[in-house]
Amino acid sequence: MSNPMPGVEIANTNKLIAKYDNETKTIFGFWVYIMTDCVLFASLFAVFAVLRNNTFGGPSGAQLFSLPYVLAETLVLLSSSFSCGLAVLSAQKRHKNHVIFWFLITFILGAIFLTLELNEFHKFIAMGDSWRRSGFLSSYFTLVATHGLHITIGLIWMAVMIGYIIKRGITDGVLKRIRLISLFWHFLDVVWIFIFTIVYLFGVLK
Amino acid sequence: MIMGTIFASFWLGKLNLKALPPNYIQMGGAVMILSILLGLLLFITVTKKWKWLYREWLTTQDPKKIGVMYILVALGMLLRGGADVALLRTQQSISVGHNMGILSASHFQQIVSAHGTIMIFFVAMGLMFGIINLIVPLQIGARDVAFPFLNATSFWLFFAGMILVNASLVLGDFAATGWLAYPPLSELRYSPTVGVDYWIWSLEIAGVGSLMAGINFIVTILKMRVKGMSFMKMPMFVWSVLGSMFLVAFAFPILTVCLTLLALDRDLGTHFFTAGGGGNMMMYVNLIWAWGHPEVYILVLPSFGIFSEIVATFSRKRLFGYTSMVWAIAAIVLLSFTVWLHHFFTMGAGSNVNGFFGIMTMIIAIPTGVKIFNWLFTMYRGKIKMDSPMLWFIGFVVIFTIGGMAGVLMAVPPIDFQLHNSLFLIAHFHMMIVGGVLFGDFAGISYWFPKIFGFKLNERLGRLVFWLWFIGFLVAFIPLYILGFMGATRRLDHYSAGLGWQALFIVAAIGTVLIGLGVGVQILQIVISVRDRKKLRDTTGDPWDGRSLEWSTPSPVPVYSFARLPHVTERDAFWVAKRHKIKDKSSYEDIVLPKNTPLSMVIGISAFATGFGIVWHIWWLAVVGLLSVVVTIIVRSMDEDTEYTIPASEVKKMDRQLRAEGGLR
Amino acid sequence: MNVSNNKHEHLDVLVSSHQPEPSTLKNYIIGFTSSVILTMFAYLAVTHQFAGKWVMIIILAILAMTQFIIQLIYFLHINQEFAPRLKLIVLLSMLTVVVILVGGSIWIMNNLNGRMMDTKAMEQYMNSQNSL
Repeated sequence: MSNPMPGVEIANTNKLIAKYDNETKTIFGFWVYIMTDCVLFASLFAVFAVLRNNTFGGPSGAQLFSLPYVLAETLVLLSSSFSCGLAVLSAQKRHKNHVIFWFLITFILGAIFLTLELNEFHKFIAMGDSWRRSGFLSSYFTLVATHGLHITIGLIWMAVMIGYIIKRGITDGVLKRIRLISLFWHFLDVVWIFIFTIVYLFGVLK
Repeated sequence: MIMGTIFASFWLGKLNLKALPPNYIQMGGAVMILSILLGLLLFITVTKKWKWLYREWLTTQDPKKIGVMYILVALGMLLRGGADVALLRTQQSISVGHNMGILSASHFQQIVSAHGTIMIFFVAMGLMFGIINLIVPLQIGARDVAFPFLNATSFWLFFAGMILVNASLVLGDFAATGWLAYPPLSELRYSPTVGVDYWIWSLEIAGVGSLMAGINFIVTILKMRVKGMSFMKMPMFVWSVLGSMFLVAFAFPILTVCLTLLALDRDLGTHFFTAGGGGNMMMYVNLIWAWGHPEVYILVLPSFGIFSEIVATFSRKRLFGYTSMVWAIAAIVLLSFTVWLHHFFTMGAGSNVNGFFGIMTMIIAIPTGVKIFNWLFTMYRGKIKMDSPMLWFIGFVVIFTIGGMAGVLMAVPPIDFQLHNSLFLIAHFHMMIVGGVLFGDFAGISYWFPKIFGFKLNERLGRLVFWLWFIGFLVAFIPLYILGFMGATRRLDHYSAGLGWQALFIVAAIGTVLIGLGVGVQILQIVISVRDRKKLRDTTGDPWDGRSLEWSTPSPVPVYSFARLPHVTERDAFWVAKRHKIKDKSSYEDIVLPKNTPLSMVIGISAFATGFGIVWHIWWLAVVGLLSVVVTIIVRSMDEDTEYTIPASEVKKMDRQLRAEGGLR
Repeated sequence: MNVSNNKHEHLDVLVSSHQPEPSTLKNYIIGFTSSVILTMFAYLAVTHQFAGKWVMIIILAILAMTQFIIQLIYFLHINQEFAPRLKLIVLLSMLTVVVILVGGSIWIMNNLNGRMMDTKAMEQYMNSQNSL
């Protein structure tokens, strides 16, 4: 088999390698960042585990938490993780409108989750059980709110992404970013599994 | 009137005229730092260097320049931390009996905290990241780091943290809590001024910068090595940096959490570490050392790497026991996460816990010992050249071994109960951090100086610097071991005459003067070397007969680092290429490099504004700073035109010219 | 030439986004449904608490770990990586650190608490000190 232009062939291959390397490099870098963020959450979990019984005369988790409410939050976040995955699938097929649709769904579900969480905080604070009440509540609010802060950052990022996709369509650069944001969003769902289990489910066990 | 107060408290928060220094000594510090700053600004303006500074340095994305900036900032901070020491040692030598010395107790404690904070975060970390930026990409045959913008941003966050620490000299005070600010002392109730807030936010900002740099170099080393350089062919410095950066990535988030929780306690009234309200102050100590112990190895591993390079080069032999070195690094990385409790044996844990962590501490000494022996065996029957980098190595072995033995001694919990918080401990960890980390960084700087600037440092003055530092260091710290045994505690600003400690404190102060002379000669050495740069010029690019890839480039390294990518088939690739007369083989190609951008600096300035705003409760400033960071990141992510290309023909021309000038192969 | 061509095609599959990628709809559906089932199971287990506290904690921990692994595979595609499996290596290092950090902290702090005055007695003592 002969190739009429071997030089061009090699140059193209080099460009492809460079492009592939660049993309895997960014995604791997973001993965390492996510791992460091896991350690950040782990430290907060450790603090929660140590302070969980320090209610200082205030309410315990079992007295505060409403499990059906938290279950609803969990399912909303899980669904948003799923719809984020569907956005990536559409992006791989370069279906611009599908991507925008699924990201909008993800954004709305994420916003609902955040509203539910803030509403829960508001309820506790209105009852006088804010983070000032006890060591337990300090650690509860900080752990859950740190997750909420990440969700907020994710929502801002997603809003920017949607604008970006509308303006530029799905280029290679945009596809890379879509992969990054989906990684971030799935990671937040993974962290929530542990918040759901350790903070809420363990918290109400008798 | 009331409206006026509300107005002022909105715009200025807690800031008012009372924030200015209260007495002459503190005023002196403020005046000094301000006049240095003004002098610098004036100098740049008079010499009309602003444009040059902005274009060549402030906006650069080139790790070779960022590395130089890190080192300059760190050396500046070494002077600041050194000035602190001068005050501390003066106080300790004269404040005996009825003489209360020159410093108030609170001011003395502030200086102690500032000294520790600055030396660890802004000198040791700065020198380490500087050298990593300069050398790691070159040693792995890469033209850049994985994420250049992130790298520049890391530097500017480091810079912002540095400015914030020094701002405390002029406005307000600094933490009088020791360099790790244990609660409940550091809680709002017992430290109501802004000192602890300065400490928290400067470390928070610099810490985020370090974390990002850690991620960056992990990816750089794992993903950007030149073709053929498999893991076991990497230079030992690269291995040690990889280990150190893994520790950065996994330890710094713990610091971030720890500082944030303390800030929440102080600003939002949470009860994490408070004495009442269901807080647990021991959890702070636990968390901060879960970061703090890996931090020690973060600093010392790259120094180990530097020494590995230097010993092999100056003994003109392959590094002895390469594989065991790699496994020693891996073991240290893992074990450094399992010993943190030895910093607080006396907190009251049971014998199981203390026993476990004591044993782990003794175990971690083993891989370190392996490394020491490997270096000694590398020297064995080598043709050793005693240039100043090698002198630093010899000094390191002596001091690090003495300090290490003291460390193993304190790993035994009952002995630690006697020595905890005594000057014995101070002597021990200064031997590790100065003898281990700082000597390594100095060795690295004198070793790689010609590579970066194109001329060697004056060797005679270099030797004098080493001897002044080495002897001065021993004179300054051996007395502290003895004082520790006599019961002198750390952070001691006054003691009674009957204890008989004064003579030893004066000896220690003399040692400090010797080190101070060493620093003076160091500055002289740089000045003289710059003056004689023509005579000291390194034309070969390989002044020490080096072994790794950085020596295959011309000195100073051109902007593209490697005109043609080197081929690596073995360890010590450049040495092998020299010995077997292997010619460079790959062809010239277009080189893509990142464009300069001021946005990294903008993020640094915004982070400083946020930190300063939170310290003084100037909330509008904090919000503006934070928004500015977010907007800058979005603006940057929208920009798709961030790189420029040097065409292959241009590279070829520049490379030919450089090599012809220097007579390189 | 053949070799280079094959390499090119291989890379093209990796790089070009027109080609179907390993992450498929089927994967996401499997991940989503099993996560929902595991979550519901954990929820129902707690609402009908059928065993002692420590048994329940172990059951819930196993359910959470299972869901964690499922999401790692089906959402984060950790199994679709080429050698050297750097992502997996960094993940395992992180998990090691997390286990040491969280486990160690709990061990140390519990051990300390066991040697401290209990909270009630401490509060009484502090109140008596305050009233002096």
